[in-house]
Amino acid sequence: MTEAATKTVSPLDEMSPRRRQLAEFWFYFSENKGAVIGLWFFVILVILALLAPLIAPHEPYLQYRDAVLVPPVWQEGGRWEYLLGTDAVGRDILSRLLFGARYSLFIGIVVTAIAMAAGVLVGVVAGYFRGWIDTVIMRLMDIILAFPSLLLALTLVAVLGPGLNNAMIAIALVYQPHFVRLTRAAVMSEKTRDYVIASRVAGAGPLRLMFRTILPNCMAPLIVQGTLSFSNAILDAAALGFLGMGAQPPTPEWGTMLAEAREFILRAWWVVTLPGIAILVTVLAINLMGDGLRDALDPKMKRS
Amino acid sequence: MLKFFLGRVLVLVPTFIGVSIIAFSFIRLLPGDPVMLMSGERVMSPERHAQIMHELGMDRPMVMQYLSYIGGILRGDFGTSVVTKQPILHQFFTLFPATLELSLCAIIFAIVLGIPAGVFAAIKRGSFFDQSVMGAALVGYSMPIFWWGLLLIILFSGILRWTPVSGRIDLLYFFPPVTGFMLIDSLLSGQKGAFASAASHLILPTIVLGTIPLAVIARQTRSAMLEVLSEDYVRTARAKGLSPFRVVGIHALRNAMIPVITTIGLQVGVMLAGAILTESIFSWPGIGKWMVDSVFKRDYPVIQGGLLLIAGIIMLVNLLVDLAYGLVNPRIRH
Repeated sequence: MTEAATKTVSPLDEMSPRRRQLAEFWFYFSENKGAVIGLWFFVILVILALLAPLIAPHEPYLQYRDAVLVPPVWQEGGRWEYLLGTDAVGRDILSRLLFGARYSLFIGIVVTAIAMAAGVLVGVVAGYFRGWIDTVIMRLMDIILAFPSLLLALTLVAVLGPGLNNAMIAIALVYQPHFVRLTRAAVMSEKTRDYVIASRVAGAGPLRLMFRTILPNCMAPLIVQGTLSFSNAILDAAALGFLGMGAQPPTPEWGTMLAEAREFILRAWWVVTLPGIAILVTVLAINLMGDGLRDALDPKMKRS
Repeated sequence: MLKFFLGRVLVLVPTFIGVSIIAFSFIRLLPGDPVMLMSGERVMSPERHAQIMHELGMDRPMVMQYLSYIGGILRGDFGTSVVTKQPILHQFFTLFPATLELSLCAIIFAIVLGIPAGVFAAIKRGSFFDQSVMGAALVGYSMPIFWWGLLLIILFSGILRWTPVSGRIDLLYFFPPVTGFMLIDSLLSGQKGAFASAASHLILPTIVLGTIPLAVIARQTRSAMLEVLSEDYVRTARAKGLSPFRVVGIHALRNAMIPVITTIGLQVGVMLAGAILTESIFSWPGIGKWMVDSVFKRDYPVIQGGLLLIAGIIMLVNLLVDLAYGLVNPRIRH
């Protein structure tokens, strides 16, 4: 994974080291059947989300007044125009779920990107410089970690004002300490390795040492933590939506859909069940992938 | 040991000060006029505004306000709720037993099912049982628990009519709280059927709140057990001819439990976050629902005090877990 290794291509090898690395990664990843299933599911979900405007049978916001609480097609009273039924104001649930997939994936990407970028930056600084900067940063992270994450996110959103953007900012802030801790630990263990010392002797400055020499070798645990925070962000954003503090109605976000459906739980099972299944299956697929990534990337877990 | 103990306690002091600063500054970060928000009056004269500002002590410098807030907390005064006008600490202590009872039941549920499931999955590694337990654990870990709660309500309260939908006990029963734990109080009251009612109200919330800890504990137990089972001392024990029950139950399990105990300690934060959702779904009158209600009613002194109290509890439990860990495992004391 070091830079030196990628530049010296031995003519005896058929594959370049990077491709060999990828092949090795795929070998370990594909050994975990669940991970491959998770990956396939995730790919399908991404495609569905991207194509939502083309394949959704109806507009997600359009209310059909003549079709309120129509059950799914396989149940008595179901109609073929509304495959998964309609909600209390006559909106097509399948279309809303498809558009909801866009929101959930977007939430996962944005939260993970913000939390990871900020966390890695702060963590590299703490692990590289140590001393008082490190102490201050780690105490700050301890403070954030002293609150239950959902509670802190909930109160932050209450202060910032309810809405999807503020919910994402709050969740990213709450997740960031995990990245800081991981990066710091990885940087501290890599810092004293020979290749770093060699690079320093060769005259590399602190910025280059931190981000070009050390950081690429700390990526494995960060990627695993990234998938974990991706799935948790979807769960927490849905929870905030459910509590009325995340995306606001009529946004077809899955948690918000559940909150709107709550009063119909004993009358119309499909309005409550379907968004929840969508959340569960998405989160499960990402967690399955995460397990596979951990097996493939963590050298300690590799079976010799 | 004393040095270890003092070290751990001292580290908490700056963290707690930081936590209190965060909780304190929340109310000052709000957009809008805090006086209007806290007094709940829509229109007021500038004189009245200044008077309330003075009464609330908000005309003093921020640092002085913070110091007097901390001073109050050290004397046990967390301020009063804007909505109910009750002291926050008093509200907290009336509601906390409900959350504690629910959390204890949930963690017991998770431990009683999770540890045996993890142990057997490890012993029968690769078997059908192992695969189903780990599959179920991953599903449980990925579960949106607010939806899980609604599903259980549909099934057990709606279709089967076995359990009640919300609250801690039927309105038929009334008795003064002694311990605050409904299960114990209902027994002490001696009223017929009260205990059964309390227990039936507790079942669904316990399952919902215990699901994620159950999944985490089962996974952690399995991996800790697998690690221990490949150790030399387990092989020695087997070679000595000890029964499989002794090898697994006495030699392996004890050592495998060390990381599991840490995991259980870490679930406290997870439980308090889960309590927010679980209590909202089942209208359980505990601190989770209290916090959500306060957020909606914009009862900022309560949010501020509640954040501080909840963070304090988590820090205290983590300290206890740390100390227990130090007692069990002498190596980490140094």
